[in-house]
Parts: sequence; C-alpha cells; structure tokens
Amino acid sequence: MGTILSDALLVAGRDLRIEARSRVVLDQVVPFSVLVLVLFGFALDADHHTLRTFAPGLFWVAVLLSALLAVQRSTALDRADGTDTALRMSGLSPASLFLGRAAAVYVQVVALQVVLVGGLLVFYGVDVEDPLLLVVAGLVAGVAVAAAGTLYGALASGLGVRETLLPILLLPVLAPVLIGATRAYEDALGSAAVDGWAWTGLLAVAALVLTVVGASAHGALVED
Amino acid sequence: MLVVELRAAVALLGRFPALSGVDLTVGAGETVLIRGPNGAGKTTLLRLCAGLVRPESGTVTVLGHDLGDGTGRRSVRRRVALLGHGAALYDDLTVVENLRFWARAAGLAAGSGPDGVDDRVGGALDRLAVPDRLVNQRASTLSEGQRRRVALAALVVRRPDLWLMDEPHAGLDQTGRDVVDGLVVEAVAAGGTVVVSSHELERVAALSPRVVTLAGGRVVDGPAGGPVGGGTG
Repeated sequence: MGTILSDALLVAGRDLRIEARSRVVLDQVVPFSVLVLVLFGFALDADHHTLRTFAPGLFWVAVLLSALLAVQRSTALDRADGTDTALRMSGLSPASLFLGRAAAVYVQVVALQVVLVGGLLVFYGVDVEDPLLLVVAGLVAGVAVAAAGTLYGALASGLGVRETLLPILLLPVLAPVLIGATRAYEDALGSAAVDGWAWTGLLAVAALVLTVVGASAHGALVED
Repeated sequence: MLVVELRAAVALLGRFPALSGVDLTVGAGETVLIRGPNGAGKTTLLRLCAGLVRPESGTVTVLGHDLGDGTGRRSVRRRVALLGHGAALYDDLTVVENLRFWARAAGLAAGSGPDGVDDRVGGALDRLAVPDRLVNQRASTLSEGQRRRVALAALVVRRPDLWLMDEPHAGLDQTGRDVVDGLVVEAVAAGGTVVVSSHELERVAALSPRVVTLAGGRVVDGPAGGPVGGGTG
C-alpha cells in the first residue's frame, strides 16, 4: 500500500508540474469556466434573484464542463511519444497510476471550484449561508468528478477513440454527482430547503465507489 | 541459459496475425539482429518479448516468465528495456526531470547512493554523452537525435537484463550511433542480452554474429536457435 501511494504521489507530482509549466488549465480552462458562468447569466437574462435560485446548478454544470477539459488534457499526456508504452514497461502499478492521475485532476478541479465560487459571489451575488457545507460538498464532489474522469479518460484512451467521445461516456456517469452536488449547494447557498449534508453523504459514497472501481479497473483498461 | 524462448508463437495486430508460428531462442549474453522488410513483424516480435503483446498461441518464455499469462507479462517488464519508436519524454519536463521520473517509476530510491536516482541518472547522462547544457532544458526543445539519446539514457538507468531495441540508430548522428554500439557491447559484457531490430545491417552485423530474418510474420532463413553466419543481405 505504501508503494502504491508513493507511486501515486510521483505521478501526481509529474502531472501537476507539467500543468504548472504548460499552464493549460490556468490559461485556458479557468477562463472557459468563468465564461460559461457569465454566459449562463446572459442566457437567462435574469435579475440577481433568479440567478441566485439557479446558481448551484449552473455552478456544477460549469465545473463539469471545465473538468472535462482537464481530464482530456490529463489523458493526452500519456498518449504522446510512446509514454503509454513506457508506463506499461515501468513497473508502476495501474492502481498507483490511476490514483496519481486522479489526484492531479482533483487539485485542478478544486482550483476551478475556488475560481467559480468567486464568480458566483461577483456575478450572481449569492450569499453563502453554510460555508462549511459549501467547502466539504465541493471537496467530496471533486473526488467523484476526478475519479470518474480519470477512469473514463483511460477507457476512451484504451478504446483508441477520439477524445470527443469522452463527454458522451463521462457526463451520464456524472449526472448523479451533478444532482447531489447541486442539492448540497442549494442548502449551502440557501436557495432551497434541502438537507445538504445528507446529499454530501451520498456524494461521499459515490466518490468512494468511483475511486475503488477506478483503481481496480484501471489495469484492465491500460492493458491491451 | 535461455533468456528468450518462442515456440510456434502467434501474435495478432488487431485481428490480423503479425507473427505466425515463430520459433526463436536467445541465450544469455547473446546479441541478435532481427531483420526484415517493413511489416515483417519485427516490432511485434520485440513487443511480444517485452510482455506488451499477448501471445495468441504457442509459448513465449522470457527471463523465466511465461508470457502467456498476465502476471508473467507484468513481471517481465521490470527486467526488460524496450527502445521503441517514441522517446517517451514529456515535453514540458526538463531532460533531468524526465529521467528522474522514469527512474523513480522503475522503483529506484530517491536521492544519491549506488542505487539511488541521482547517481544512476548522472551516470546515464554521462554514458550517453548528453551535453550539460541540455540537462535542464525542456524536452520540447530537443532535436530528434537528442530525444533518442535521452530515451536511451532512461533505459540505461534501469540496468535491464534484456534489451529490446527497435531501430536504435534511427535519428542519431555518427557520435550517437557509436554510443549506441558501445551500449550494446557493454550490455553484453555485463551479462545482458540484446535483441536489435534494424535496417542498418552492416552496422549491427558488426555487433552481432547472429541474424534472424523475418518475412510475413515468419522466420524465413537460418535455424531460429543457432548462428546464421553474419549474412546481412
């Protein structure tokens, strides 16, 4: 187990270092996510009351769309120049590879959430009624998004299909996460009377299942 | 002692047979040249021996591991170095960061010491004559020949028991080619085994007394387990 975690840290460190150098998420994905949030506002042509009502759902749709780009970027890293073959030859276990990639995507998804919460405050004028719930639900849902994204990214890569298929594979799987996270945020932002902590509990179960399934199935996906 | 033993090995590329009933044995300390026209199955043969391709039928044993099962294939990969067509470098990492990553991925301990990443990486960079000015450059700035050298350095770091080299001289200048030849000689002197696929027959024939010719996924001349006599034609 210690080896798996240290190898996962090695892979996550590699991915985050590459991201820090290439700045794809910072320069492209973050502006995209903010743009999505702003465009939702234009499309609804709404006052602040309407935007506050729909803010949780719009926030999570923006997170998922942006996370897709981060996942595609992560998957592409290990498709170029024979790196996929070298990884199979390296001795890194598939589980550590999965956990490392997912951890790097997770960090990026959480960073996206921070920016988008700022966007909610500035553009939509929302009030945060339960900051702890907002943070915990965001962190837990981020795990589910990163785990599912990494798993389906490997699946799309293993099938040899174009990355354009990834959204079709991934978004249906993330629909329950979208629902749970939106409900939790409705409670945290005070836009609906629901039990956000109960939804966060369900999100935690989904995150755990997706992580375990991903770590277990990754080997079969990266082998031919 | 046999390092590679293929008996009636069949391997598929997609749905089509890339190797059809190949018999081949390679002993410890041998250097073998695999030659043949494009599409003959050379690359598939190397990938089969590396444990990357599952044998469809027949038996494939490498370094004592039966590659017919997944466990054998995964186990053998740690002891084999495969130089493929790609350099396996991350463009946004520097040369030394790439080498450190692959060294750690191979299970080497971080830090210095005879089996530490620092010493192994430093030694490999010296051995491949990678100029100091390139060490901290991003891989994206390297030429094809420089990438090839760094790819070889990443394999040297691992100190494998079996080298599988697919067109190792491709993209290299004369100095680089000499370095590759030196690596092959050193690997064999250290008890390693080398299987080389190459179109540069004269150069590789000087390193290898044994040549195996593939065509249409089959061995077409010479006894698969014995010397052929250096013919390179």
